[in-house]
Amino acid sequence: MAFLSLEKIYKTYEGRALLDGVSLTVQAGEVVTLLGPSGSGKTTLLRIIAGLEPYESGCIRLEGQDIGHVPTHRRGIVLMFQDYALFPHRTVAENVAFGLRMQKLPRHRIQARVHEMLKLVGLEAFGDRSVVDLSGGEQQRVALARSLAPAPRLLLLDEPMGSLDRSLREHLVEELRGILRRVGVTAITVTHDQSEAFVLADRVALLHEGQIVQQGNPQDLYQHPGTPWVARFLGLTNLFPAQATADGSLDTPLGRFRLLDAGGAPSAGTRGQLLILPWGIQILTSRVDDHALPAQVTQCLFQGETERVVLLLNGVHLRITRQVGHQAPYQEGQRVWIHIDPSALRWFPASQGGDH
Amino acid sequence: MDHPGQPKLTWRETRQRARRRPTLEFALLLAIPLIFLLLFYFYPLGEILRVSLLSQDAGGVRQLVARLLAPSSRRLIAFTLGQALLSTFLTLLAGLPGAYVLAKYDFPGRRILQALATVPFVLPTVVVAAALNAVLGPKSPLNHWLGTSFDLRYTFAAILIAHVFYNYAVVLRLVRGFWVTLDPRLEEAARTLGASPWRAFWHVTLPLLAPALLTATTLIFIFCFTSFGVVLILGGPRFATLEVAIYRQTIHFANLPLAAALSLVQILFTFGLTVVYTRLQRRVTRPLDLKPQWSTQRPVRKPREIILVVVNAVVMLGLLTYPLLVLVGRSFDEGLHYYRALFENPRHSIFYVPPLAAIGNSLHIALRTTALALVLGLLTALALYRGGVAWLFDTLFMLPLGTSAVTLGLGYLLAFDTPPLDLRGTPTLIVLAHTLVGLPFVVRGLLPALQAIRPSLREAAAVLGARRLAVFLEVDLPIVWRALAVGAVFAFTVSMGEFGATSMIARPEFPTIPIAIYRFLSRPGSLNYGQAMAMATILMAVCSAGFLAIERLRPPGTQPF
Repeated sequence: MAFLSLEKIYKTYEGRALLDGVSLTVQAGEVVTLLGPSGSGKTTLLRIIAGLEPYESGCIRLEGQDIGHVPTHRRGIVLMFQDYALFPHRTVAENVAFGLRMQKLPRHRIQARVHEMLKLVGLEAFGDRSVVDLSGGEQQRVALARSLAPAPRLLLLDEPMGSLDRSLREHLVEELRGILRRVGVTAITVTHDQSEAFVLADRVALLHEGQIVQQGNPQDLYQHPGTPWVARFLGLTNLFPAQATADGSLDTPLGRFRLLDAGGAPSAGTRGQLLILPWGIQILTSRVDDHALPAQVTQCLFQGETERVVLLLNGVHLRITRQVGHQAPYQEGQRVWIHIDPSALRWFPASQGGDH
Repeated sequence: MDHPGQPKLTWRETRQRARRRPTLEFALLLAIPLIFLLLFYFYPLGEILRVSLLSQDAGGVRQLVARLLAPSSRRLIAFTLGQALLSTFLTLLAGLPGAYVLAKYDFPGRRILQALATVPFVLPTVVVAAALNAVLGPKSPLNHWLGTSFDLRYTFAAILIAHVFYNYAVVLRLVRGFWVTLDPRLEEAARTLGASPWRAFWHVTLPLLAPALLTATTLIFIFCFTSFGVVLILGGPRFATLEVAIYRQTIHFANLPLAAALSLVQILFTFGLTVVYTRLQRRVTRPLDLKPQWSTQRPVRKPREIILVVVNAVVMLGLLTYPLLVLVGRSFDEGLHYYRALFENPRHSIFYVPPLAAIGNSLHIALRTTALALVLGLLTALALYRGGVAWLFDTLFMLPLGTSAVTLGLGYLLAFDTPPLDLRGTPTLIVLAHTLVGLPFVVRGLLPALQAIRPSLREAAAVLGARRLAVFLEVDLPIVWRALAVGAVFAFTVSMGEFGATSMIARPEFPTIPIAIYRFLSRPGSLNYGQAMAMATILMAVCSAGFLAIERLRPPGTQPF
């Protein structure tokens, strides 16, 4: 039996379906990330689970028990807010102690637990500080300590990195992942940032227009996006219109490709889109074999650690990100050759829909 | 970076607020303050209307009109308007140079000067009247120094000087407060485009200041139009505003229909002006790129500027602080004698009410007022906030502030003289009147404080296991306690100094401090005079302490008035 199960949660806002029958299960100890663009309803779903937001229909079960009518403060589900919602009139330690005081624990146990939590997030020395003076990263850690202190049955994290500077994020997301794993808490996080989702989650659920369009472990999701929308949302931009030919290969503006996956040979005449995963494209400065395609560099954008190369090939653009090394950057207008790995091809027949 | 102390709303929170609908809980919360307002504000006003129009003595609309068109009434209304216009003009004339200097220049002692200039405004009218009585009388230090014995008391000039003294702070607060946020580069831009300093001021700064000027003008006009204590005490028997006339017709001549008719004029006038005021105030908050004070002020360097600042400081201190010093000085004319006399009963008369009793009465009433205003204010603010109907506050709960105190007192006299609400002469009636005046101050501070709490703080408390009451006690209350404390001090000081309504409804044997000061001032003899000075000094100390506490307690960036 699933630890948490959402069954067909339905919620409208101003006549529009914000959550359009969302079903999701979470196993005990699992970290699930809801990934979706803003307005996809992911924060609303968290608030519904926490009991902060009403919904029209559906069922929420926690350990088998329907908690739809249990008030927020008795659910044992803690939500860590995007703005952290630290109590400005209380010190760091008092913030962390809040949930424990609500449980009416004896003072010495509260103290011990607060100390333990502050140690967990690396803020042992911060107990007496005012939360107003803390940096963004420190605030996030206090919020995490406060959320974990009462040992919630389920922890919800709304955009935990959302209020932080870019430079802080990478480091703190690793730390957050470590803490969540160490504590072993069951958690649902929400984000619009795919790399954050991939780092944090055991399983990612993609939310689009109020529905979960795909879920799976991060690697599967990335390697096998279910629809062109998912692909694009994950930053996979090399999508091209394609049509199946009589011999089961695909005609695209780039040329003709044959899918490796024999089971899914497309029937002749089917239209759709072909995705080339980034790792399957290789730029060559000389023609090494007959499969190489001629292309021209139109732009080479230096980004620091990586650079983005835009290539023109048969009138369509191909975008590739590659590591910056000691080699000379490409010149605009430079002629190159492209090698495409057939195992990096993904085919989306048009009937699959979900594309815009 | 997000700051937990700052009320920055996400789009989601804004949406949730917009969606909040009045609930049953909201209705129950709001019921109590609404019933209070209905019973102790609208009902008394209704009684005034009834007595002026429908009662047996009144004789209908025709008689009402006749009463108001009688030469004496017309003279009264004309004088009230005229003195208010003249007082307003003189106040602006006196206050604008000060506003300019304090807005443009930063110099050592500027903050103290500003604070000193605000003190008269927070003092009760009787204290102001007592202080000016001391300054304008024949025994003033100036007369002593010049060897003359000018007596300006009980003259038209005395009324005007008192009004300027009282309302100078309004000009300073509103106009200077606005001026200091204006970007000086706007005027500089005009200068580089060829405008002389005067033309730059006339074409750029003045139009920008216009909303603040208009608001200050309206406010001062309302204050002078409804002026009571100052005119009653300083004007003597020769002068009367509508307020004073209502008081005299009620207390001395028991001519209730005429008093009620005059009250009606007063009510209509002040309501009209309040509408104008709220309209104008909305214009003050027009979108301007407001600058922080440090970026618009400059230090004093040139000799011309030094002279300007020094002269201004002398004028301000002479006009605003000197009378208060004289008041304190006069109270110590005989050492501690006058103060000691407050605690004695020199006449051993049973009809004589010892001053100490007045102090006790005032404290008793002020404490009850504070408690009642806090409870009602908290209920009102919570109901308006939870119901998402904060606008109701401006339209409904600010009304008592726009109603003159004497009118309110008359309404109370007329309304609460029959069972089941026969409250004639009880301290409770005074407490109710004072609460009505103090309530807007409490709500006005609490409502924005509640609105500034981010909803996520309450939700965070809920997900951490706090039930609704715990959320209120743990989150809302600790965050708004400052606003609550400010409201309490406001209610207390307003009650301690209230004169207009109290003079109408207090029984002779139950005087408050302001009533006692008024009585001392209107009796002959140096002991009575000295005791008036001593008591006014005590009251001034209480109100100044209250003002200081409010300045200390109020959250930064908010205006107390």
